[in-house]
Amino acid sequence: MSASAATDPAAPRLALRGITKRYPAVLANDRIDLQVLPGQAHAVLGENGAGKSTLMKIVYGAVKPDEGQIRFNGQPVQIRNPQQARALGISMVFQHFSLFDTLTVAENVWLGLDKSLSLPEVAQRIRSKASEYGLEIEPERPVHTLSVGEMQRVEIIRALLGEPQLLILDEPTSVLTPQAVDKLFEVLRLLVSQGCSLLYISHKLHEIRALCTACTVLRGGRVTGVCDPREESNASLSRMMIGAEPPPLQVHQRQPTAPVLSVRGLSLPKAEPFGVDLDRVSLQVRGGEVVGIAGVSGNGQRELMWALSGEDARAPEAGGQLLLHGQDIAGMGPGGRRRLGLHFVPEERLGRGAVPSMSLAHNLLLTRSESLGMAGWIRTGALAEQARGLIERFRVKAGGPQALAQSLSGGNLQKFIVGREIEARPKMLIVSQPTWGVDVGAAAQIRGEILALADAGCAVLVVSEELDELFEICDRLHVIAKGRLSPGIARDQASVELIGEWMSGLWPEAAAEGHHAQA
Amino acid sequence: MLRLEPRPGASRLWTYASPLLAIALTVGLGVLIFLALDKDPVRALQMFFWEPLKSKYAIGELMVKATPLLLIALGLSLCFRSNVWNIGAEGQFVIGAVCAGGVALLAAKDTGGWIVPALLLAGVLGGMAWAGLTALLRDRFNANEILVSLMLVYVAIMVLTYMVHGPWKDPAGFNFPQSKTFESVTKIPRLMSGSRANIGVMLALAGAVVLWIYLFRTRAGFAQQVGGLAPAAARYAGFSSRRALWVALLVSGGTAGLAGALEVAGPIGQLTPYVPAGYGFAAIIVAFVGRLHPGGMVLSAILMSMFYIGGELAQSRMGLPRSITGVFQGLLLFCLLACDTLVAYRLRWMPKGGR
Repeated sequence: MSASAATDPAAPRLALRGITKRYPAVLANDRIDLQVLPGQAHAVLGENGAGKSTLMKIVYGAVKPDEGQIRFNGQPVQIRNPQQARALGISMVFQHFSLFDTLTVAENVWLGLDKSLSLPEVAQRIRSKASEYGLEIEPERPVHTLSVGEMQRVEIIRALLGEPQLLILDEPTSVLTPQAVDKLFEVLRLLVSQGCSLLYISHKLHEIRALCTACTVLRGGRVTGVCDPREESNASLSRMMIGAEPPPLQVHQRQPTAPVLSVRGLSLPKAEPFGVDLDRVSLQVRGGEVVGIAGVSGNGQRELMWALSGEDARAPEAGGQLLLHGQDIAGMGPGGRRRLGLHFVPEERLGRGAVPSMSLAHNLLLTRSESLGMAGWIRTGALAEQARGLIERFRVKAGGPQALAQSLSGGNLQKFIVGREIEARPKMLIVSQPTWGVDVGAAAQIRGEILALADAGCAVLVVSEELDELFEICDRLHVIAKGRLSPGIARDQASVELIGEWMSGLWPEAAAEGHHAQA
Repeated sequence: MLRLEPRPGASRLWTYASPLLAIALTVGLGVLIFLALDKDPVRALQMFFWEPLKSKYAIGELMVKATPLLLIALGLSLCFRSNVWNIGAEGQFVIGAVCAGGVALLAAKDTGGWIVPALLLAGVLGGMAWAGLTALLRDRFNANEILVSLMLVYVAIMVLTYMVHGPWKDPAGFNFPQSKTFESVTKIPRLMSGSRANIGVMLALAGAVVLWIYLFRTRAGFAQQVGGLAPAAARYAGFSSRRALWVALLVSGGTAGLAGALEVAGPIGQLTPYVPAGYGFAAIIVAFVGRLHPGGMVLSAILMSMFYIGGELAQSRMGLPRSITGVFQGLLLFCLLACDTLVAYRLRWMPKGGR
């Protein structure tokens, strides 16, 4: 209350009081109180749509609250824009990146800084920060050639360059290897010990419990709990977050049947300057089997997915073989492969898996043709009905079949897209990052659907950067590193440490030989 | 400092009302221009908005001008929806006219009625071929279609000029650069007597219906638009971007060529250097004012046609300069873009100190 609060060392670093933000359709934040002490790692936990992102944007000055008060180091402040937030010492790493595709890493970082530094100096600072924290990145690379994971590294480095007093991190670990997560946590703990406060948004409960000493749980725009996560269990945190525990996954023993997808010695030179060459990738997925590909993003996952889905049409000229049910599919486009029963869920939902400005019903037409009549006539009634059925079956929260894809939250759109491909009753389903940025409830549902599909005899290939997820649903694991694919290993023989090691490209070649001999 | 800030959601009402507001603003600005030119604004507006609707003949004339505008705009809207920027419809129109004219010149006094469909087909094929050049260069060499199609307009006009100065010049034409007048059998059948409007009106309206069906009721039309809205999604779905490019350019070239054929074998009746009347460029405005929607473009083609006729009347009866038509067209497009921008964004006054 007093003017001397600024010098009061006991004042909280950040104190929010009664923050309310209304949007035309929703009350995103409803009288939220939150307090972060200096040098505290404070978790903000909640499902998608719980209001976490809005609240963080308010703290970062990107959104203006309708009501409520913000105090920073005891001083009441009005944070009008991100520049002002950064001037106060608040940095943020966004879940959705704010990077310009056509600029290089260094230029992107430079844009956010005051202009006292020259571009080469910025590049130098990026390099030193990058090596300090083990976040490998080349400052000269254009952003459009980066994978999602690499883009996030740029965002983290950009935030750290501001030497923040309060660092906001929105789901930062989803793209890191377990070892890199440990390393990041070391960095974050170091920051905390230096007195920097963290606001850490995540849905990974074990991470929150490993890193954070305080936690505010949000549900439906309201605070539903404040606790010390180290004293809570996953179950109790889940209850606060979604009001219930997610149902446990039904994992059944399955007997794999005949091979569905066989890739033998697939080599593809990179299609763009900073891509990854695929180097003699071999793998096999059998019916009723879930095979996972682990790896840090940017190691060839994108290229492999392009080649498998048919979006990269160069496969026939490249070395190697692509067989679906023994039939050579290398020369086929995505449509042809889909007709043979190969369906694919890409990692980018908006713009690739769905057209943002089209309705959900029309987005069905990207991969489904049940509602088409003669000569490709669209039966609009049947199409809307189909979309309605999908929305209902997969519990997608949407305004109906005519809702635009871009109006859905990430998790709901993902449910819709995964549902669209699963409902097509594929023989081979390839899913890239099935639960990236999806909340706990939706993630559990999507994993359950994938397993149910495998139970029904479908072959499933999952590419994910979340090891927990792969260990949860896969029967067999591969690791991709620098464009090469490791031999497969059964889940019960694998461990997080082993897979983490393989992620750096270190797997025993002898095992690989043995695997080939076997196959 | 003024800043544009995105609105949370565009108002549905204003999304549709924005063309109307743009027209109202155009009229308002037009009044100011007439006042500045010392002309009676009421009479001038009459020229634009009343005279073209006054009589059956006037309405016929309105349709004569609206037909090529609508036909070309239909094709262009398919291009623009597919993210293919064909700016050269004028050239495709001219080549369509040249090809149709070539066929019409073959006709003799005793030629049968088949000559009309034949010359229309020649016009369509000519326009398609001309647009196909753009498609080929884009497909094969990744050349920018905006530049290529625009530059080809001038080549097309040169082709026309060469033909009427050279091989096809009327021997009995006192050395004027024009072909002989086409035989009357080549005349496009008129809709009714006492008006120059011909069956082209029907073709254009049928084209609008076909385009609507294609865009909103067929998978091929859907695929075409996905390529424009989200190229990665089109690739994911397996829709060919090359196919979309060729379809868009061939269709728009074909409609522009058809418009050219209807024009030379209809109201003009011979090939002259004055065939290119700017319809190909005005149709771009028609397409956008009509929201790239077939129904909207029918209305905007009529509106644009009123501007053409009003401009001519204002010129002959009030002594206003010829460029007044262009000024009106430009004003309308400008106002529409401004209205659209303000539907999606709002202006915010940001005091300099706040930044």
